[in-house]
Amino acid sequence: MNSRIGYIAFNTFREAVRDRVLYNLIAFALLLSGAAILVGEISIDIERLVVVNLGLTAVSLFGVVIAIFIGIGLVSKEIDKRTLYTVLSRPVRRWEFVVGKFFGLTGTLVVNTFFMALGVFLALLYVAHKFEKMDGWVLVALYFIVLQFLMVCALALFFSSFSTPLMSAVFTFALFVIGSLAEDLRGFARITHGLAGWIATAVAYVVPNFSALNVISQVAHGDAVPGRLILYNSVYALLYSTMAISGAVLIFQRRNLK
Amino acid sequence: MAAIEILDLEKSYLVGFWRKRQKLALRPLRLTIEEGEVFGFLGPNGAGKTTTLKLLMGLVFPTAGTARILGKNLDDPEVKSQVGFLPEQPYFYDHLSARELLNYYGQLSGMPAKGRSARVEQMLARVGLSDSAGLQLRKFSKGMLQRVGLAQAILHDPKLVFLDEPMSGLDPMGRREVRDLIQQLRNEGKTVFFSTHILSDAEALCDRVGIIHQGELRGVGAVADLTSETRGKVEIIFYSQTVPVGLTSLGAEARVSGDMVNAVVPEEQQDAALEVLRRERLRLISLTPVRSSLEEYYIQKLQPAEAGDDARADDSRDKENRKGAGV
Ligand SMILES: Nc1ncnc2c1ncn2[C@@H]1O[C@H](COP(=O)(O)OP(=O)(O)O)[C@@H](O)[C@H]1O
Ligand SMILES: [Mg+2]
Repeated sequence: MNSRIGYIAFNTFREAVRDRVLYNLIAFALLLSGAAILVGEISIDIERLVVVNLGLTAVSLFGVVIAIFIGIGLVSKEIDKRTLYTVLSRPVRRWEFVVGKFFGLTGTLVVNTFFMALGVFLALLYVAHKFEKMDGWVLVALYFIVLQFLMVCALALFFSSFSTPLMSAVFTFALFVIGSLAEDLRGFARITHGLAGWIATAVAYVVPNFSALNVISQVAHGDAVPGRLILYNSVYALLYSTMAISGAVLIFQRRNLK
Repeated sequence: MAAIEILDLEKSYLVGFWRKRQKLALRPLRLTIEEGEVFGFLGPNGAGKTTTLKLLMGLVFPTAGTARILGKNLDDPEVKSQVGFLPEQPYFYDHLSARELLNYYGQLSGMPAKGRSARVEQMLARVGLSDSAGLQLRKFSKGMLQRVGLAQAILHDPKLVFLDEPMSGLDPMGRREVRDLIQQLRNEGKTVFFSTHILSDAEALCDRVGIIHQGELRGVGAVADLTSETRGKVEIIFYSQTVPVGLTSLGAEARVSGDMVNAVVPEEQQDAALEVLRRERLRLISLTPVRSSLEEYYIQKLQPAEAGDDARADDSRDKENRKGAGV
């Protein structure tokens, strides 16, 4: 990796940490331990199911919120505050800046997710008293969640390269919600005919397919995740993020800083 | 070799709600600055100084024209490692301390790790920030940020330094220090291009000045020449709506503004001029020897577009805004 991208990414990470982004972990820990204790009290057989479901859903939602809220300001905030002036007057290309910011935020999210995952496994140990082989699939679900973050960050960055922070947040969140229903949309498209069918098909395939990246209930039930899906999702998320980032770069390249 | 060659650089912005109306921020600008020169870019607020610097830094893109810095094209990233830039009212990552910021910028400028920290400390000392180097920048005053801005501009020992209003926001002591710093840069053989609307700073520091007004370069001259030009003159200001004929015949350059007249006459004509005022029963406001001839030159260069033009330009901008808001 180009060293300037690394420096920019590290600075972005440092900024997030100093702006107390990781404090969300406290809320997450409280939520999860509360749930684990409650579940441990009442039920007999479904503790694991509840903890994995709830834990992973929380990991995903916390991360998506952070990805959107920091993502929309990654570049636009630096334009508004004019912190960019003294960066771009150095031998830093604009695309390096965008990519560095992107890696900084995704790095932050990976660290954040690491601690949350630790929490999920601790809660699992607390309710089940031991780990089983099927718990390994939880790691795959976490990997998919990180892939989701990559795509959400990239989309937030893309939208914020041409619209206001508020609109970017709305667009990104809307796409996250629609994308989470992508499989349903595709099913709907298959049984619909005529113009509506065409439109549904188009929408279903253009929106990011977040539902394929969501295997939470599957792994909560202890089901395996096919290797083919892991490969497919990795390539898909990588391509989708690269496209969104490239779009953001293309727009940002031409932009007059205010 | 020329340090900066500006070849008909032009910038217009699209303004208004529908971004349909063009506003010319910089008319085609042609200007060459030699290596080792200290050049002052003078002009009132809104003249186009910042626009010019932003174009040269690649922060905004020209509508037409090009420029070359140290013989290279603007988009050549090579150039940037030899250039330092202090933006107007600079603002920095406020989660960092001054020391961390300079270290980060040193990395981005490609300074080798070896010797970087030492250089950072040296720069902090040079702008008088050694004591607050560990403090987060969000706790810095405007003047301190300006100092950080200067430090980051010269951190990587650039050949060419661009400073946008380097003295603004500083107390008199700070301004003095900035002057000394620019002087040192000159002694080190650096090229300095700085913008200002403060004439005395330009006069004290520059080899040459360029005067820009309403996006147009109105004149370029060597400060030494300009200073000799109008020495030995006095400026007489008095209440009157017209220039008395008697004064004109004394060779006065006079200008009416409102109910006042501002006249400059040769020193040896001073008594005669005052005699004219006495005869015409005009009330004298002030009589001062013309010390800063740069000021004369400056005022003269701003002349062609009459006084009050600025206000009109603001007016039309307001109207545009209002029109935009109404749609
Ligand atoms: N982003 C912009 N959009 C529209 N007009 C602008 C923009 N930036 C600058 N201008 C206009 O360009 C002119 C020159 O501005 P500027 O270069 O900042 O002047 P100076 O630095 O000499 O005070 C001003 O009239 C200003 O209003
Ligand atoms: Mg300015």
